[in-house]
Amino acid sequence: MSEVATSTLREVRGPSAVGGGRQRFFDLLWLMSVTEFKRVYFGTVLGYLWSLIRPLMLFGVLLFVFTQALKFDTKEVEHYPVMLLLGIVLYTFFQEATNQAVTSVVTQEGVVRKTQFPRLVIPLATVLTCSFNLALNLLVVFAFILASGVDPTWTWLLLPVAVLFLFVLTAAVSSALSVLYVRFRDVSIIWAVVAQVLFYATPILYPITLFDNPTTERLLMINPLAVIFEQVRVWVLAEPNAPTAAEAAGGAIYLLPAAAIFIGLCAFAAWIFNREAPRVAEDL
Amino acid sequence: MSGTLAIHVEDLHKSFRIPTHRVDSLKERMVRPLATRDYRVLKALDGISFEIGQGEFFGIVGRNGSGKSTLLKLLASIYRADSGIIRIAGRLAPFIELGVGFNPDLTARENVVLNGVMMGLSPKETRRRLDAIVDFAELGEFVDLKLKNYSSGMLVRLAFSLMMEVDPDILLIDEVLAVGDAAFQQKCADAFREMKAKGKTMILVTHEMATVEEYCHRAMLIGDGKIAHIGGPDEVGRRYLRLNFEGVGAAGVPPSNDGEDALVRMLDARVVNGSGERVSSVEHGEQIRIQIEIEARQDFAALAVGHLLVNADGVGVCQLRAPIGGDPPPAIKAGERLRVETVVENLLGAGHYFVHCGINRLLEGGVALDVAGAIDFVVFGGPADHGLVALPQETKTTILDRTGA
Repeated sequence: MSEVATSTLREVRGPSAVGGGRQRFFDLLWLMSVTEFKRVYFGTVLGYLWSLIRPLMLFGVLLFVFTQALKFDTKEVEHYPVMLLLGIVLYTFFQEATNQAVTSVVTQEGVVRKTQFPRLVIPLATVLTCSFNLALNLLVVFAFILASGVDPTWTWLLLPVAVLFLFVLTAAVSSALSVLYVRFRDVSIIWAVVAQVLFYATPILYPITLFDNPTTERLLMINPLAVIFEQVRVWVLAEPNAPTAAEAAGGAIYLLPAAAIFIGLCAFAAWIFNREAPRVAEDL
Repeated sequence: MSGTLAIHVEDLHKSFRIPTHRVDSLKERMVRPLATRDYRVLKALDGISFEIGQGEFFGIVGRNGSGKSTLLKLLASIYRADSGIIRIAGRLAPFIELGVGFNPDLTARENVVLNGVMMGLSPKETRRRLDAIVDFAELGEFVDLKLKNYSSGMLVRLAFSLMMEVDPDILLIDEVLAVGDAAFQQKCADAFREMKAKGKTMILVTHEMATVEEYCHRAMLIGDGKIAHIGGPDEVGRRYLRLNFEGVGAAGVPPSNDGEDALVRMLDARVVNGSGERVSSVEHGEQIRIQIEIEARQDFAALAVGHLLVNADGVGVCQLRAPIGGDPPPAIKAGERLRVETVVENLLGAGHYFVHCGINRLLEGGVALDVAGAIDFVVFGGPADHGLVALPQETKTTILDRTGA
């Protein structure tokens, strides 16, 4: 064994969450997301329409229930239907991405057990696929917004910031769930319930001001999703009486719990995925 | 070892924890957080060290559960080792359980591009090679068909072609490519030879010794997670087959009874040709003449041979039984020496075979002698991979109705 020979040998340490070169990571992530997107939207007859019909149906039903059946007082919100649709589309992204990501690593078993590649690509690709979908849905939402008579404002340009936060949060939750599911198969059921609860705990159906109670509002604003959704409403609908996230929480200081949860979730996801990634092929 | 190294493995350990009671739901974990988590540790690899030179074709053989597949998955970075060092020079492409990481819901085109990138090519590069891959696999017209509609033969062809075109420095192959038709097998063999000529390194994990002997420079035998032997393929092959038959005994066949307490002593056992010369191979269609020479250690009312013919995978192919000395068999006295020749038509497929020689007591019952793997021989010619044996056949066609004509 000569000196030259050993220098060309590289030590391999087995599978990991992100290892194997940044270029390859992003190539794979992009390829997987685009391939999956094409499969879903060009593979069925109605294609993309399916993914639009679902949030629209939910929107129609909820709009009817709250404005017609329950006579919910929506005067406080100038554009209640718009707020509802925007919220539903954003939440559908969160819910679909996380729900699909839970089983993603297990569904891709054939790939995981036979090839070496950064494992994190799998849940992230699921989230990315759903975000392509979100982008398309948002176009429809904005057409609806303009049709409802909301004037465009410069704060629309801030929407990508909110979506980015939502994307990061979704990615963190998805990654953590996907490796937990490898070990604990009831995670998918538990998560479906949690996601349902979160839908009602986030100001989508109702404006945060509905309660007219600072403590309740403050409690609701612990949820990072609530912060994001509230801020989106302010930026997009530009309603004078809609409080910003900070106002709803009763001061910027009260956004700290939400920020802590956001960062905590990201850190937990990174930690658990990193810990479990080398072993997923064995535990499948 | 000559030249530079392709792979260096040092003191590799890998064990799996097999829970006696698997907790696979959070609910269970919550309900009984303190439940003892019993598991037994299975040491799949227990201190493996070896080196493979660049350009070497290296075989890894071992019985099921010996750890060979675990070793391959460690080399391929699919599992992580508990301890030890693996160093690899260059790009490595794994071909595990007859496939690569294919997703059945995607088309061949999409799968090829994805896997090309997984194996280290750029997406552009993979797309450029797509046509060559599909051509080699002879799947041109099916390139946009989802893989779930592919036959297993088509899948293997696609995977193999992909691997060849990705052009890795080191190729890991688990199990033999005994799929696809004869023409494709020929293509595979040519591809292997080409790789050999190009100085690529290949690791072949298999339990088919013929393949190892045909292609490999060196081979390694693994048993119980340890290296039993590293050396020339023929020596490894012999040891592997011996190991296989110890295993057969453990798996239910009574253990060899050929020691001092055997009632009959075996003097010799061999396969001979028509002129009575000892041979190690028999052509398909010829006769297999199994000769044993025995010495009775006591008086017997009657004896019979009961040989079992076993193939290299340890599967019993057929039993050969006959009374010794004619029918009805005569009594045999202590000290009497006999040569018993059993002749069978060689209907066997090509491969390596073993004879477990046995002598049974006919009237008293019981086994007088049992020697596992007393003889081994190779069959060549005949059906290579279309069944274990070629049975004599007759086909008759009767026209039932001519109205169609």
